[in-house]
Amino acid sequence: MLSPREKEMIRVLQEGVPLVNRPYRVLAEKLRMSEEELLDVVKDFIRRGIIRRFGALVRHQDLGYGANALVVWQVPEERIEEVGLLMAAFDEVSHCYQRPPRLPDWPYNLFTMIHGRSPDDCREIAARLARASGIEDYLLLFSTAELKKSCMNYFLEE
Amino acid sequence: MRLDSLDRQLLNLIQSSFPITPEPYRELAETLGTSEEEVLARLERLIACGVIRRLGPVFDSRMLGYCGTLAALKVPLERIPEVAAVVNSFPGVTHNYLREGDYNMWFTLLEENPDRLEAVLEEIKKRTGITEVLNLPSKRVFKIRVNFDLGEE
Repeated sequence: MLSPREKEMIRVLQEGVPLVNRPYRVLAEKLRMSEEELLDVVKDFIRRGIIRRFGALVRHQDLGYGANALVVWQVPEERIEEVGLLMAAFDEVSHCYQRPPRLPDWPYNLFTMIHGRSPDDCREIAARLARASGIEDYLLLFSTAELKKSCMNYFLEE
Repeated sequence: MRLDSLDRQLLNLIQSSFPITPEPYRELAETLGTSEEEVLARLERLIACGVIRRLGPVFDSRMLGYCGTLAALKVPLERIPEVAAVVNSFPGVTHNYLREGDYNMWFTLLEENPDRLEAVLEEIKKRTGITEVLNLPSKRVFKIRVNFDLGEE
């Protein structure tokens, strides 16, 4: 469990690092602590896994990763572990999750996000994953529009 | 937007190793063989044009005690803008995409506890009248990659 003080630090840190010479000092002042203390807090949050990554979040779609597809797979439950690890090992797969099937109309239980240069490239990558895993029942769900993409703001109501 | 070689090197560097030291921009400049002013000016531009969405920490929502799900709705085509407005109005909805297929609206939802998560999904059903909803919380994460190598061309 996080303390109220830690939640306050998360609220301030999620505003991001300002573009000034001593950015951490600016954030530290808001939290009434020293720059050195704040740097220690950030390192501690990284060590504890509270901060997964520190740096720039980039809009990769605009940068030559032209196409991506959500590919959903129908994997026998007893093969989930093996197939999940196999697909996760592909460079073209950025995300791989097991999710519950919702029968009757949604039998898919493994979700991969794959990235390619073009939609055809994505189809080819999916076919390669299918060959490697032996899983033949899958769907490519290309996105046709982005309706919202935002960063989460945590602990706003306290 | 066209990125030159220095932009790409800078983006590669700050996606994976943004310095957690008193003068991070000066350190980045030294690594790249340029000036701190140049680094700050480029970052300002990359943020302004939306290439960089955020500069700072990416929190692990589970470690913060949040729970999340991926949900999909079957939305009649003519109702998409209206339903999207309802879905997007919840701050815990961070991504929402239209995709091909019967279930055509896919969104992620994060909330502080499972009850709140259920309540938001119920509220979306109530306010839109859409009853065909897939609630697909993750059971296991095999991979989440957040870095993208932009090369140097």
